[in-house]
Amino acid sequence: MVSVMQRYSALSLLRHALNGHRNWQAAWRSPPLRDRYSAIIVGAGGHGLAAAYYLAKEHGITDVAVLEAGWLGGGNVARNTVTVRSNYMRDESIPFYVRSVDLYDGLTRDLNFNLMQSKRTMIDVLQTWGMVRDRRRRRLIMDIYGSTYQDISVDELRRRVPLLTGGGPDSRLPILGAAVHTDASVNRHDAVAWGYARAADALGVEIHQKTPVTQLLRGPDGAISGVETPRGTVRAPIVALAVSGHTTTLTETVGLRLPLRTINLTAFVSEPVKPALDVIVNCPDLGVYLSQSDKGEMVIGGAPDLGQSFRRDIKQGVFEHTVAMLLELFPAFRRLKLLRQWGGHLDMAHDASPIVSKTDIPGLIVSAGWWGGYKAIPAGGAGLAHLIATGRPDPLTAPFGLNRFRHLDYVVETGTTTAR
Amino acid sequence: MLLIDCPFCGKRTESEFAYGGPALAPRPDPAALTDAEWVDWLTVPPNPLGWVEERWWHARGCGAWLTLRRHTVTHEIAEVRHGR
Ligand SMILES: Cc1cc2nc3c(=O)[nH]c(=O)nc-3n(C[C@H](O)[C@H](O)[C@H](O)COP(=O)(O)OP(=O)(O)OC[C@H]3O[C@@H](n4cnc5c(N)ncnc54)[C@H](O)[C@@H]3O)c2cc1C
Ligand SMILES: [Zn+2]
Repeated sequence: MVSVMQRYSALSLLRHALNGHRNWQAAWRSPPLRDRYSAIIVGAGGHGLAAAYYLAKEHGITDVAVLEAGWLGGGNVARNTVTVRSNYMRDESIPFYVRSVDLYDGLTRDLNFNLMQSKRTMIDVLQTWGMVRDRRRRRLIMDIYGSTYQDISVDELRRRVPLLTGGGPDSRLPILGAAVHTDASVNRHDAVAWGYARAADALGVEIHQKTPVTQLLRGPDGAISGVETPRGTVRAPIVALAVSGHTTTLTETVGLRLPLRTINLTAFVSEPVKPALDVIVNCPDLGVYLSQSDKGEMVIGGAPDLGQSFRRDIKQGVFEHTVAMLLELFPAFRRLKLLRQWGGHLDMAHDASPIVSKTDIPGLIVSAGWWGGYKAIPAGGAGLAHLIATGRPDPLTAPFGLNRFRHLDYVVETGTTTAR
Repeated sequence: MLLIDCPFCGKRTESEFAYGGPALAPRPDPAALTDAEWVDWLTVPPNPLGWVEERWWHARGCGAWLTLRRHTVTHEIAEVRHGR
């Protein structure tokens, strides 16, 4: 059943205002859960919802259920620091992220949902020669694929980020220079989840919240046959996992081991303050990065917690370290009040690149290893949809198959923001 | 913050330690394994909601490499031993 999506516009806002906002249509349906679909996507986060949308839009496949344990957009898609950028290292990675950044730039129009997409520019503050070398290496490869890095001097950095008064010649790690990545943007995370959900729903895809998958099911031939949920068994010849952090929890129910470790990443925000920072500042040597939200809050992210973790809170040690590092460069923030802190758990592959792949179990597809994968939602979702629809990866996600491990042909990536 | 009970130094905070990754079984002879077993040893760590064994280096203390048994949901540490 395909509903007609109510279009959002200034005119519709005006019209509904005249009616006291009583007649807005629900953004998506809550249909009854059927016991069979052509495909099941597990996880209504950014990747699952984007895949559902592109499956319907690009491939005409709408007999699809997205099953979500909690509520739609309640996972990492709502817990991240919304930094969208393409300054990666490898020939395999950069074109994929360049495409994803491009898709984000057109997504508000495509989804008819205001993502509050804001081109911000990211400036990397470089404080060790090793990091200067790392950025130079990245730039050589980025130049090939149309991503951008420009070197600027310390003076130019201080002119562009007046609040950055630390890191002087007498400090522990004097600033050596900076690299400017103009492609970077931030946007509104809820809108990404809701926009994809609404558009996928309008094309006929069903989204089922509060429907955790507890067990994958295999038929007598060994192929995937469906999933078990507390609401009953749901059958499908194709099951795609987009469960960020819990991929192995589910694949282990059918004995499939994957090269993934689950880690915890954290962030916190300050009280809203007047506009003071118009770029994303990234300090990879210190393990902290920040941007200012439209509401005025400083949104601050730190390095991953060490070791495997399935927690959603922030470890005090990580928090204190991140704050201490932030104050080294932004001493004025000593007076800033912090309002909220949180974490999320994500899985990271052995080579730190994502996995969008078929598995040894026919019909079972995984999209995982997204530990910095908010930026990757549009291109990753499109790639996952292509794999579900055609059984083959699209060119941009083809390097990220599980086969690379079988051949020990790693695509070794490393963190850009908080590499440590 | 983890409180790691170093066998030599007593209880010390995590900030004195460097994380050294999952504690792997000793490196096998690749020639004696199937390809799948070799790839598994190289790339697939256990990833349970539960107990893992991992290596921690008491870099800002006695300098010893320790093996911890730690819970990935509660952070509880059940065992700390010197070496593997
Ligand atoms: C603090 C923090 C900061 C980050 N900053 C950035 C950043 O600046 N830029 C960037 O690109 N990335 C960033 N990330 C990473 C990014 O958030 C993730 O890579 C991305 O959101 C993961 O994909 P997703 O949106 O599909 O995941 P999620 O939104 O987590 O979706 C997975 C969904 O699966 C559901 N699920 C799990 N198990 C089951 C089950 N058994 N049955 C049914 N449903 C299930 C979950 O409830 C969840 O809703 C950050 C992450 C964190 C935690
Ligand atoms: Zn010690």
